[in-house]
Amino acid sequence: MMRIFILGALLWAGAVQADVSVKTVTSPGGLSAWVLEEPAIPFTALNIMFSGGAALDPPDKRGAAYMMTGLLDEGAGDLDSQAFASAREALSASFSFDVSDDTLSISVRVLTENRAEALALLKTALIKPRFDTDAVERVRQQVLSILATNAQDPTDTAQRVWVAQAFGDHAYGASYQGTESSITALTRADLLAAHQNLLVRDAVSISAVGDITAEELGPILDDLLGDLPAGSALETPLLELDIPAGLTVVDIPTPQSVAIFGHKGIDRTDPDFFAAFTLNTILGGNGIESRLTAEVREKRGLTYGISTVLLTKDRANVMLGQVASANDRIGAAIEVIRDEWSKLARDGVTAEELQAAQTYLTGAYPLRFDGNSQIARILVGMQRQGLGLDYINTRNAKINAVTLSEINRVAARLLQPEALNFVVVGQPTGLKED
Amino acid sequence: MFNKLFAILCLFVPVEALAQSKTTDFMLDNGMQVVVIEDHRAPVVVHMVWYKVGSSDEPPGKSGIAHFLEHLMFKKTANLAAGELADTVAAHGGSHNAFTSLDYTGYFQRVAADRLDLMMQMEADRMTGLQLSPDDITVERNVVIEERNQRTESAPGALFNEHLQAALFLNHPYGVPIIGWMHELKTLNYDDAMAFYKQHYAPNNAVLVTAGDVTPEEVKALAEQYYGVVPANRAVTPRARRQEPPHRAARRVIFRDERVAQPFFARAYLAPERNSGDQRTAAALVYLAEILGGSGATSVLGKALQYDTRQAIYTSAQYKPTALDPSSFSLVAVPAPGVPLQQIEDAVDATITNFLTHGIDIERFERIKSQFRASEIYAMDNVSGIARRYGAALTQGLTVADVQAWPQILQGVTPKEVMEIAERLFDEKASVTGWMMGPREETE
Repeated sequence: MMRIFILGALLWAGAVQADVSVKTVTSPGGLSAWVLEEPAIPFTALNIMFSGGAALDPPDKRGAAYMMTGLLDEGAGDLDSQAFASAREALSASFSFDVSDDTLSISVRVLTENRAEALALLKTALIKPRFDTDAVERVRQQVLSILATNAQDPTDTAQRVWVAQAFGDHAYGASYQGTESSITALTRADLLAAHQNLLVRDAVSISAVGDITAEELGPILDDLLGDLPAGSALETPLLELDIPAGLTVVDIPTPQSVAIFGHKGIDRTDPDFFAAFTLNTILGGNGIESRLTAEVREKRGLTYGISTVLLTKDRANVMLGQVASANDRIGAAIEVIRDEWSKLARDGVTAEELQAAQTYLTGAYPLRFDGNSQIARILVGMQRQGLGLDYINTRNAKINAVTLSEINRVAARLLQPEALNFVVVGQPTGLKED
Repeated sequence: MFNKLFAILCLFVPVEALAQSKTTDFMLDNGMQVVVIEDHRAPVVVHMVWYKVGSSDEPPGKSGIAHFLEHLMFKKTANLAAGELADTVAAHGGSHNAFTSLDYTGYFQRVAADRLDLMMQMEADRMTGLQLSPDDITVERNVVIEERNQRTESAPGALFNEHLQAALFLNHPYGVPIIGWMHELKTLNYDDAMAFYKQHYAPNNAVLVTAGDVTPEEVKALAEQYYGVVPANRAVTPRARRQEPPHRAARRVIFRDERVAQPFFARAYLAPERNSGDQRTAAALVYLAEILGGSGATSVLGKALQYDTRQAIYTSAQYKPTALDPSSFSLVAVPAPGVPLQQIEDAVDATITNFLTHGIDIERFERIKSQFRASEIYAMDNVSGIARRYGAALTQGLTVADVQAWPQILQGVTPKEVMEIAERLFDEKASVTGWMMGPREETE
């Protein structure tokens, strides 16, 4: 029996009310999904997200998940790479495969007029990818080219060095794209193993938004995903973070230096998370003019852009920032960043700043639910994080509940100026490494 | 998935396809054009003002002033403090930004539909009320210099592209980078910014596009209230840029940079653009780009170079149909390891010659046609995207009728038309060939 629960979620923010009537569906075969029926445009956006991404690569096989994901639509079932691409084009469907450390996700758009054929084609890519030798070699060359280009890129290099220092031997410490030597050594067997480990039925979250009903979706999901092997995502070890503090310079010939900086973050399930999230918005987030944007860009013209983010990964949490300034000005930018970090940790935010951030965050939330593809992405992300459907209704109240004393206590807890680790890539002048 | 990662190699924006939504347009008494696109799925509105001025309208020696002014538009005005517009948008949960291109400059906000009046009030205020200070100039010029450092000076691919465009256009300002040459950018001052502002920012040089949960009646009333009272500016004159002379010699750009890890080949040709009432040639070129470049697995270049002979790891063909003046069509090929650029160039030329001899795979042509039709359906999901298409078209010499005719024109293109334009396009004399390479690679 297929079960459908309907939960009308009413988004509220000032005068904005968006009625997002998301339903939960459990298919006859036991797959659960969230669906939003929006029949105005004759297509459906479908998001399928597997927990357990490139972090599941064995230590010496880094890049296996990335390369495997890139090969899913390079030949499947009876179709080789070119025949598969032709078939997809004939159906005007779009399948986008993406992998990160923690997830493998598939974003799909299919027309109502040929939905069944398009999803049958997608199924072969998920269940029966071929990993033909010529396709493997072609994709291997593409990945090696990307790696070579990234090695010369200041931002990519800064990120690579920062995560290596922060996460060490854990999978998070090396890029999910692998290295020249790991990619060169990968075999077809490694790719098959990555496929078997990652595409497992119990690791999946699913959302569908568009011209589809909850009743239609259940059997479609069983057809599409029912033949995947059972099993959950493999567990990776939780990280005990010991991030070194200091400053590292990596010499790359470029007129502008890129700096990545940060320290330990905070878990999404931590009771202080919403206060920390609001704090980050004030310090270096988007939307309102952050303190760092005001001080580094608007007052001093030291950069085109500066931002910070709370990165919540499955096995570790960090607070990270990024800035780029001319080689002779990056030192000044870093000084301002250190000062602002200390000031905020010590003195906290003002009541006006807290209110401006809360007004922005709660007002912007309903505006996110814009377009079928975008809503499908949000819904699948919520499921993976273990948030219930009611989160859509309760999220803004959690932001508004953050008090001044709470956020300032969290500022002192979260922001550790002496723990900041900077990686600067470029040819900065007047910077002292430590 | 990997094509996305090669985006850095893309020289131009991808093919566009248009969706038909309920659209209304009218003109205010002061000459400001208004387009209203209705999409009532969510209580949100996108509010955009597009000026018919871009980097190609800059005075000689002042490259970058159009984009610099775009930054300065967030400073103090008659009624707003510096940054107040941004703060106000944020206080209402909205988002906002601005963009400068060769042919237009645009400003937009995305907010709850019932905040439209506030957005119009602020946008109308800064249309003629900007009050700059010397400090604004100094600080913001440094920000723009850092922007050029970030986007261009730190990215050898962007520097290469700049040289390619400069070589393609012998006389037209399309050869000058939007962000400006660094040596000119560093000298831009208060007088330059204010002169450009007073010359070009006026209702009779602007297009208002609103899209989302609004009706034409309410937009009209608000637009008359806020924009209708701004007087037209007689200083605004029709745009007449220096045009290209006949191209009589092929050009080559050999670009070496120690930061280049992956060499590649690029070729650009002058190509006709969409013109009002005359979009068929441009539509045929859109097909040509898709047929030659499109997806690596099914396109002419991809099949020949990535699959049959495996000399390349990536190929593409790009064409920008929407532009005020003649535009460009370009080919890119990234060689497989050990394949010299001369070999990849010869292989691209041989593939094009072979295509001109053997013509189009009709089955693939039909697939592309149905993809263009489908992309109109998918495009309806993104009302901001539809708003951008109207804004871009109306500031680049097209009309609302042209925008609405475009999907049908695309559906009517025949293989014969595509081959005819291909025969004319690939004129070596109207081309630039570029080699992007590391410092030590051999040219032979």
